[in-house]
Amino acid sequence: MPIRLFRRKEEGEKKIKIPEGMWIKCDACLEIIYKPEVERNLNVCPKCNYHFRIPAMERIRAVTDEGTFREFGEELESVDMLSFTDTKKYTDRLKEAKKKTGRKEAVITGTAKINGMDVVLAVLDFEFLGGSMGCVVGEKVTAAAEAAKELSRPFLIYSASGGARMQEGVLSLMQMAKTSAALARLADARLPFISVLTDPTTGGVAASFAMLGDIIVSEPGALIGFAGPRVIEQTIKQKLPEGFQRAEFLLEHGMIDIIVERTRLKPTLTQLLRFMTASSGK
Amino acid sequence: MILQYLDFEKPIIDLENRLEQLRRVDDGTDKNLREEIVKLDKKIGKIRKEIFSNLTRWQITQLARHPNRPYMLDYINHCFKNFLEIHGDRAFRDDPPVVCGFAELEGEKVLVIGQQKGRNTTEKIRRNFGMANPEGYRKALRVMKLAEKFRLPVITFIDTPGAFPGIGAEERGQSEAIARNLLEMARLETPILVVVIGEGGSGGALALGVGDEILMMEYAIYSVISPEGCASILWRDTARAETAAEMMKVTAADLKKFSVVDRIIPEPLGGAHRDHKAAADAVRVAMAESVAGLRSLSVRQLLDRRYAKFRDIGVIRRKTGSNG
Ligand SMILES: [Zn+2]
Repeated sequence: MPIRLFRRKEEGEKKIKIPEGMWIKCDACLEIIYKPEVERNLNVCPKCNYHFRIPAMERIRAVTDEGTFREFGEELESVDMLSFTDTKKYTDRLKEAKKKTGRKEAVITGTAKINGMDVVLAVLDFEFLGGSMGCVVGEKVTAAAEAAKELSRPFLIYSASGGARMQEGVLSLMQMAKTSAALARLADARLPFISVLTDPTTGGVAASFAMLGDIIVSEPGALIGFAGPRVIEQTIKQKLPEGFQRAEFLLEHGMIDIIVERTRLKPTLTQLLRFMTASSGK
Repeated sequence: MILQYLDFEKPIIDLENRLEQLRRVDDGTDKNLREEIVKLDKKIGKIRKEIFSNLTRWQITQLARHPNRPYMLDYINHCFKNFLEIHGDRAFRDDPPVVCGFAELEGEKVLVIGQQKGRNTTEKIRRNFGMANPEGYRKALRVMKLAEKFRLPVITFIDTPGAFPGIGAEERGQSEAIARNLLEMARLETPILVVVIGEGGSGGALALGVGDEILMMEYAIYSVISPEGCASILWRDTARAETAAEMMKVTAADLKKFSVVDRIIPEPLGGAHRDHKAAADAVRVAMAESVAGLRSLSVRQLLDRRYAKFRDIGVIRRKTGSNG
């Protein structure tokens, strides 16, 4: 279920001297780009439109009305219930992830307004152990879906994840069922659920809440799929087609609704929410 | 069926063959031979007990995948009457790794849905080694809706290494098909009984695994990823699969502890593959009890219990320091 992910930056290209500080090299086109310009552009490469992976909090800032986000569930922390050790202890992996991100887990949940409309949000953070779903991610997403139902508000999830968290064994697998069950209840209450896919959305996260949106929106170029490209290649012993499992490929095959550039995401979500809540309360 | 055996079964099999030989020459006249037979029989019992009471998680993994292990259709033959298979997802094609049909369990009419691995090479290929494509999961969902419509209990059998990782599977939305089943099974208005009979391989298993009661065979496994897959990602070495199986805690006893499984169905000594009928009898009795119990609940009760069951799975820590 969880998969190993590869960035598509070309390794071993000619070494370009990168000036310190203000300039960065794009992962995709390898052009040297001016950092403040990239940041103004919500971390999208101005040369090739590559959407950089960004932390969850930045996504929240980019899409919610200023000062409206209220986090909940931040007190939840993972437990190493299996005493799991691979090349590192799971407890050490958690410590490192916490230090790196300044957060306790791989998802941020809360309430906010988007152009004045109340929503409940869950935003996965790829920087925290690859956005993997363990018990805490499952619990927080479930609690957020339940809160949306309780408050009669639309629910949005931003996915960015390699899948289920192996270090929590079968309990992480069960979070797929748990989150999907909560979404079933939200659907029964006729409340909108918009799923926003970002690079990457794979494995157990793709095979649960990410693919269950009433509307599924994706950033351009995002890797989206159940199995990892390497696993598929090894299984079928065939080269994968160009663009396989990218957002554009999924759109073509009818699996997602819209591809939206990061800079256009807020207005698009606003429009979707207006349509989806048009007759609520009537 | 050719009886195959695992490395750790070999001492038992060797002694059993020896016993078989002795029995063949025994015509009741040789007292010494008689004694030797009795002694050997006892010895076999003792060794088998020793081996099977100290199985490692990796050995249990091998038993769960044993080539002679009863598969879904073996249970259908032994446990049900009037099985009538139905095919297809009404959209793309019929997916042979997933088998669906009407059947009777001790007089109770039910719909069964399960994963079938295939016994010989031709069958294995036809059944895609038990790895379903999206249309397999969609066929299963269609049949579940049928069960809901006619208020028939659903019984699912889980035995898969995982959902098929292929180009077509991705093109046709493997992740959507699995996710859809999780959502729809959570709210299906009829009893769902899940029986893990062999390998419960990740999301491909869970896509048939959301139910009111989860039964698991003593030597079945259920995990978030195959031990080989886990080893390949975390240790970058599939040879560490044994360690991965230990770390992930994949056995029925482990899952019972985590409340993921409600009940363990004991297997005949030596494993289900040594006695299909005895294994199937135990499964039949357990299923009949569960279905009767679930039948007594209202739809509202069923759905509330089912939601609470999955809602409660997980171990987390809150700031206050309490676990739960
Ligand atoms: Zn670029």
